[in-house]
Amino acid sequence: MLGTGIVNLAELIEAVETADSKAAMVMAVRHLAAAQHPEAIPTLIAVLGYNNPGAAVAAVDGLVTLGRPAVPALLDQLDGYNYGARAWAIRALALIGDPLALPVLLETAAGDFALSVRRAAVRGLGNLNWEWLAADQVLPAQSQALQVLRQSTQDPEWVVRYAAVVGLETLALARLKSTNRATVEAIAHHLQAMLTAEETPAVQARAWLAFEVLRQL
Amino acid sequence: MGSKASTLAENQGESLTVDQALANLNQTADSSLRYYAAWWLGRFRVSTPVVIEALIGALGDEVDRAPDGGYPLRRNAARALGKLGDRQAVPPLIQCLTCPDYYVREAAAQALEQLGDPRAIQPLRSLLAGGVAAAVPVPGKPHLVQPYNAVLEALGSLGAREAVAEIQPFLDHEIAQVQNAAARALYQLTGDAAYGQQLVERLQAPNLQLRRSAMMDLGAIGYLPAAQPIAATLAENSLKLIALQGILETHLHRTGFPQGGLSSEARQVLALMDELL
Repeated sequence: MLGTGIVNLAELIEAVETADSKAAMVMAVRHLAAAQHPEAIPTLIAVLGYNNPGAAVAAVDGLVTLGRPAVPALLDQLDGYNYGARAWAIRALALIGDPLALPVLLETAAGDFALSVRRAAVRGLGNLNWEWLAADQVLPAQSQALQVLRQSTQDPEWVVRYAAVVGLETLALARLKSTNRATVEAIAHHLQAMLTAEETPAVQARAWLAFEVLRQL
Repeated sequence: MGSKASTLAENQGESLTVDQALANLNQTADSSLRYYAAWWLGRFRVSTPVVIEALIGALGDEVDRAPDGGYPLRRNAARALGKLGDRQAVPPLIQCLTCPDYYVREAAAQALEQLGDPRAIQPLRSLLAGGVAAAVPVPGKPHLVQPYNAVLEALGSLGAREAVAEIQPFLDHEIAQVQNAAARALYQLTGDAAYGQQLVERLQAPNLQLRRSAMMDLGAIGYLPAAQPIAATLAENSLKLIALQGILETHLHRTGFPQGGLSSEARQVLALMDELL
């Protein structure tokens, strides 16, 4: 233990940069993430591109804990990422829930070729903290999210459709805060239609649950 | 389906039509075209009678030979026939269980499992002859003398209760994956939770491959008490979601969803899946 109780951030960063095995890297990233320090953000983002899934999971956890301060840097570097790093960054953005990531999440949900990345982006669309947006921007942004979530309930992969149902449910719950119930009812109808049209029982069951939640409101 | 299939085919970098695939399969000049065509026909579920006939013919192919004496085209034809669901393929696939090529035998056992025909039970059991004592590695090869995993799993899926006594000793085979396959089959054949628990314990194994295969086994047998341990094990969320889907859907089927509504157990599994997205 450090007598002063002050975490030496430079040492934690150096430990990540000099880790000599995959396991040592995972431990070093966990320690750096646990420091919850905004100056750790560039290093945590760099780890996403190291092709070390254990370290990337720890880095995503750290970035998500840091939350909004990590978003501008994640978005800035998105185009320069290799594919794996981009997938992890999308996951972090989806979990942080900052509407600044809405354009990226919309594009990824609608068009990424990797189903696990589409899944994370679709889940993220339902997970946005709308109160972080200016009041006059909320409705148009939610409409965009709603449109892509509805499309995603037709995705060829069951797990993306499942994520879209979860996203629709959380978006409907967020919409309850407005006085206009039309969107909530439109989502409920969409989910109800899925009860019969959906072929995968797991997705059908999730739509059943979401419909039940909305019906009881 | 048509547009999805063609999109996927383009993503593979090789766009084919059904007629082209069939023509490629039936010629003998270019082995790689035949090999790819057999895969393609299975992948895109082309199950017309003429395709089934051509694939069954390919199970007896002598032209396409690997340097080690194997029969690559037979392997792919067997895999495709497993996907296509036509039970005409059962007798010729049973013949493949005695092919000198290990990988043809493995593909045939898996295909027979998928086709679900009990005529395969007796021939599959004969591959267990000699028990664990005979289940040893082939010198210089990365596999055992028989495709035990595929055989054990097929016997479990086919409901071969008469094979329980022969399967049990494989729980003590020295290879963990074989033990898993035996536990999976025995759970399916007896419903005894002790076998399911044995697979749950594997989720703590230090080896990621073992944890992955245990997850897939638990998903395949729909062992409900494994849901929480699967969500908690160290592995990719994508695979956890597939395993939990298997568990959930087995449970939904047993509880008569949707007529019977959603049980509290189903709700718990859904909550676990939501967290993994």
